[in-house]
Amino acid sequence: MRGRGGAAAKGGQDGQAGEAGGSGQGSGAGRLRRFRGPQNRNLWFWAFVGPFAIGLALFTYVPLAWSVYLSFFDAHNTVSPTDFVGLDNYVSMLGDHAFLSSLGTFLLFTAFIVPTTYVVSLALALMVNRLRFAQAFFRSVFFLPTACSYVVAALIWKLSIFNGVRFGLANTVLGWFGADQTAWLSTSDPPWYWLVIVTVRLWLQAGFYMILFLAGLQRISPRLYEAAAVDGARPGWQTLRHITLPQLRATSVAVVLLLVINAFQAFDEFYNLLSDARGYPPYARPPLVYLYYTALGQEQNLGLGSAGAVILALIIAVATVVQARWFGLGRKED
Amino acid sequence: MTRDGGTGFGIGRRRLLATVGGAALTGVLAACGSNTGRGGKGSGPALSQWYHQYGEPGTEAAVKRYAAGYDKARVTVQWRPGDYDRQTAAALLTDSGPDVFEVDGPRLDQIKGGQIVDVTEQIESVKDDFNQAVLKPKIWDGKIWAVPQTIDTQLLFYRKSLLRAAGVQPPQSVDELVEAAKTLTRHHRKDKVKGLFLGNDGGAAVLGGTPLFAAGLSLITEDGKVGFDDPAAARVLGKVRQLYADGSLLLGAPTDWSDPAAFVQGLTAMQWSGLWALPQVKKALGDDFGVLPFPKDGAGKPAVPVGAYGSAVSARSKHQKEAKAFVKWLWVDGTDKQEDFALSYGFHIPARISLAKKAKQLQEGAAAEAVRFATDHGFAEPLLWTTASRTAYQDALNHIIKDGANPETELKAVVRKVNSELQRAKKK
Repeated sequence: MRGRGGAAAKGGQDGQAGEAGGSGQGSGAGRLRRFRGPQNRNLWFWAFVGPFAIGLALFTYVPLAWSVYLSFFDAHNTVSPTDFVGLDNYVSMLGDHAFLSSLGTFLLFTAFIVPTTYVVSLALALMVNRLRFAQAFFRSVFFLPTACSYVVAALIWKLSIFNGVRFGLANTVLGWFGADQTAWLSTSDPPWYWLVIVTVRLWLQAGFYMILFLAGLQRISPRLYEAAAVDGARPGWQTLRHITLPQLRATSVAVVLLLVINAFQAFDEFYNLLSDARGYPPYARPPLVYLYYTALGQEQNLGLGSAGAVILALIIAVATVVQARWFGLGRKED
Repeated sequence: MTRDGGTGFGIGRRRLLATVGGAALTGVLAACGSNTGRGGKGSGPALSQWYHQYGEPGTEAAVKRYAAGYDKARVTVQWRPGDYDRQTAAALLTDSGPDVFEVDGPRLDQIKGGQIVDVTEQIESVKDDFNQAVLKPKIWDGKIWAVPQTIDTQLLFYRKSLLRAAGVQPPQSVDELVEAAKTLTRHHRKDKVKGLFLGNDGGAAVLGGTPLFAAGLSLITEDGKVGFDDPAAARVLGKVRQLYADGSLLLGAPTDWSDPAAFVQGLTAMQWSGLWALPQVKKALGDDFGVLPFPKDGAGKPAVPVGAYGSAVSARSKHQKEAKAFVKWLWVDGTDKQEDFALSYGFHIPARISLAKKAKQLQEGAAAEAVRFATDHGFAEPLLWTTASRTAYQDALNHIIKDGANPETELKAVVRKVNSELQRAKKK
C-alpha cells in the first residue's frame, strides 16, 4: 500500500512539474505526460478499456441511436431512409393487434415464469446450501445447464423429449400408462406448448439464479440463526420467513429484475421450438420474435420494427424502474 | 520476475506480443484473402454470385463448375447456409452484396425499392418457353425482374397399401380427403398411424392459399383485388379445421412437412410434401405410393403451388452489364446446365417447358404426374401478396384450424388487412 501511495505521490509531482512546465516552454511534452498519467496509467487504461469501449459504442450505442432514428422514417429495405413519417410507425405499431397480443401474452408469461423461477432457484439454493457433503458436486450439476445454449436445449426438447409421435420420450413414458400420444407443440387446446417452453426455460436458467442465491445465503451470518434459536424460533418456515428472506432482499431484487428483463427478451427457445421455414404461429409469439419478422423478415420494414423495439425497450425500462422502487432497490440493508 | 519482464520460458514479453500479434494479423489477412468459391477463368471483371445452400450433394460443385466455365468474367460462387433470404435482404442494403444472386421472389418491395435491375432484355426472346405460372410473379410494370431457375411444387403423397387396407380410394375432393383421413386414422389406430400429415402446425403455414385455389378462388385477383372475399373461402377452411378436429392429422413429428420421413416411416398414410421428396419416397417405398394435387372443393379445381428461385442482378453491382450477360449465359442460353442443375442432383422441374418435356426422368410415373399437375393446376403467390398479408392470413388459418375460430369472422379481418396492404403496395 505504501509503495503504491508513494508512486502516486511521485506521479502527482510529475504531473505538477508537467503543468508548471506547460505554462512556459515544453508544453507539448507536459501535455503528453499528463495524458499518459502517472506511470503511464492513463495510457494502459485506454489500451485495455479502449477497444471494448469502441466496440460497445460501435455495436451497441450507434445501432441503438440509429434504430431510434429509423423509427421516425418509412424505412422499407433501407437503413438510410429519406421519407420522414414522424410518429406514424409508433401509431401503427400500437394499433397492431398482433404486436399488442404478443405483449399481452408476455405479460402473462412474465407473471408466471418470474415467481416460478424464483421459487425453484431459491429452493435449489436452500437445498444445496444445507448439504454436508458433495455440495460442490450438486452445485455443479444444477449449474451445468446454464452452459448449454438455448438453441441446443430447445432442439433437444422439441425433437427428443416432447415430439408428438410414439417414440418421443414424454409420449413413451405416458404410453406405459396407456395414455394416447400428445402433440405437445402443435395443440393450442389444451396449450401443452407452454409446458415445453416453461420446462426448458426453468432447466436452463434455474441453476444460474441458484448460484446467486447461494452467494446470498453464504453471506448470512450463522450468529443470526443462533440468536433466533436462542429466542425460540423454530428452524424451517419461521427462520426462512424472518431471517433468510429478509437477508436475501438485495439478491432477490437483482434476481427478479434479471428475470423480468429476460422474460421480455425471450427469443431463442420460442423461435427454435415453434417456428418453421414458413412462419411462426400467433400463439406464444414473443414481442422480439414478432419484431424480428417485421424488421428482418421478408417485409424488411426497418422503420416499423425499430418503433416496436423502442416501445418494447421503454416497457422494459418502466417495468424495471417500477419494480426496483417497489422492492426498494438501493434501500439500506436491514 | 524474469529479466525484461519475460514470461519465464525465455521469451520476452515484447517478443511474445509481437509474435501473437503477427500471427493474428496473418490470420486476418489470410481470411480476407480466402476465396470460398472457385473463381472463373475469364479475364473480365470479378462477379460475385450467391446461392442458398441446397440439400442435394453435388449441387455446389455443379454451380462452381458452371461459373468456372464462363470466360467473360471471373465469377466467384458463394454457397450460403443459414437464413439465406434474410442474408441477401441485408446484403442488398450495402455495397458488399452479390452481383448476381438467387432470390425467392423477388418481392415487390425489392423491385420498388430499386434493389434489383430488370432482366427483360436477357429473357425476352424465349420468355414464352418458361412456365408462365412461375414467370408471372417475376413481372412488374411490364418488366421481368429475375430469370426462373428451376420449378418446385408440392404434392399429396399417399401410401397405396395403407389406403387399400382401409378400403379408401385416393381422394378427389376435399370432402373425400376429410373422410379418407378419418377412416385411415381409425383403421390404423392400433399401429398409431395417422391419416394425413400437413405439417406440425396442422397445415397453416404450408397450405397457405392452396385450399382457396382448390375452391376456385385466389389470393389476389387479376385486377389486383382480394380474391377470397367469398363464402366459399370460409367453407373450405372450415373443412381443413375438420381434419384437425377429427384427430386425423399427424402433429409433432420430428421433421416437418418438407421432409418425407414421417411418410416413409409409416407415421402417416398421406403427407403433403414437395416434389424434391420424390426420389427419397421412391427409394423407400418402391411403387407403393402415388401422388395427387390438393383436391378440389365445390366448383373449384385441383391445385398445387409452384415456385421458382430466380436469378437476379443487384442494383448496387458495379458491373451490372456483365452480371446480366452472365445470367443470360447461364439461365437463358445454357439449357444443358439448366437440365443438369434441375435433375442431376436433386429433383426439380426445369423452368423451361421445352426442357421439362424432353427430360427423361420426368417422362413416366409419379414424376410425370407431378409435371402435369404443375402445368395444369399450378399457381404461384402473386407479387401483391405481401409479407404482412401472408402473416395475417396464416395467423387466421392458425386460429381457424387449432382454436376452432369462426372462419368467416377471421377471414373478414384478413380481407381488411389485405385491402390496406394493397393500397400501400399500389401507392408508390
